[in-house]
Amino acid sequence: MIAVLGAGVMGTAIATLAIGHGVPVTLVDTDADKLAAAEQSVRRQLRGARLVGAMPRSGPVGELTRTGDLDDVAGASAVIEAVTELPDLKAKVLAAVSSIVAPGTLLLTNTSAIPVDELASAVDRPEDVAGAHFMNPPYLIRMVEVIRGPRTSEAAMAAVRDLLGALDRDHVTVGDGPGFVINRVLQRTINEAARIVGEGIATPEDVDALFQGCLGHRTGPLATADLIGLDNVVDSLRVLHERTGDAGYAPCDLLLAKVHEGRFGRKTGQGFYDHGGAQS
Amino acid sequence: MNIALGLQDFLVTRTKRSWEPEEDLFASGVVSSLFALELVVYLEKAYGVEVEGENLSIDNFRTIRRIEELVRELQAAAS
Repeated sequence: MIAVLGAGVMGTAIATLAIGHGVPVTLVDTDADKLAAAEQSVRRQLRGARLVGAMPRSGPVGELTRTGDLDDVAGASAVIEAVTELPDLKAKVLAAVSSIVAPGTLLLTNTSAIPVDELASAVDRPEDVAGAHFMNPPYLIRMVEVIRGPRTSEAAMAAVRDLLGALDRDHVTVGDGPGFVINRVLQRTINEAARIVGEGIATPEDVDALFQGCLGHRTGPLATADLIGLDNVVDSLRVLHERTGDAGYAPCDLLLAKVHEGRFGRKTGQGFYDHGGAQS
Repeated sequence: MNIALGLQDFLVTRTKRSWEPEEDLFASGVVSSLFALELVVYLEKAYGVEVEGENLSIDNFRTIRRIEELVRELQAAAS
């Protein structure tokens, strides 16, 4: 059994990926409503993944156990942390879980941008902590950005490879730092694209059409932002801005306004695009 | 309710264009693979069928004609 901490967009999607490959999951969240919604959300995502052939249509499905009690993860073979992108919250959750699981249990953070070593400082055994930046949705996107912190042990890295192998994912391992590779580039791109829209230079459709047509991107930065969730984009930009001091990462007015209005993108039905109702 | 007509209504509402019976919904890029699941859920609700196992493949939902056939097969199997 693996533990997944946080039943948000990424937590439920990672749980889907795992049970779809026959790996039992204990999904933990303190929010009872989120936890209640997770069962249907995971079922829906599993069907979607099977529909497009991204997951086996037959074979065993791992059991999904939902709980509000962190102590229930005690026997986990690995822990994937996917709580909200707030450094203090992630540190607190990782510290708590590290005192519950056996020493040597992999603690894998799905942080978007917080340096792995910063989070490792919160736990009893920093050598057990590594980063795995899954893309959304992780059952459709095979590639995972793996982050090895300066104190991450070789045993922890081997555990990451085993886990991603069981989940049938590919990975590239990179060094530590704010945003790693993907989000150091992507979040700045999203911020700049949003600024361009805010200045009236181009519509979201036009920005994305240029990235698709000129650079061969699958969707473009603003459709990607809607998929990530604009609330998470703003949180990640703040993490990057605070840690680099680079003003280019300060969330632009349009992004802040959308988050203020509750337009988080696909998950609320509205973001840069109209998604026709909220989707889980 | 006529399956093809009901399906046309649903697709026009969601994609803001009309579709020929044999046109590949996913080839144009207008319809995303994420939308395919919404289509399945709509069919299950509208026609009282369940799409599971090997039927849960995007190839069964590529055209209005193919979807219509699948729904009829599932309805026949259930009755």
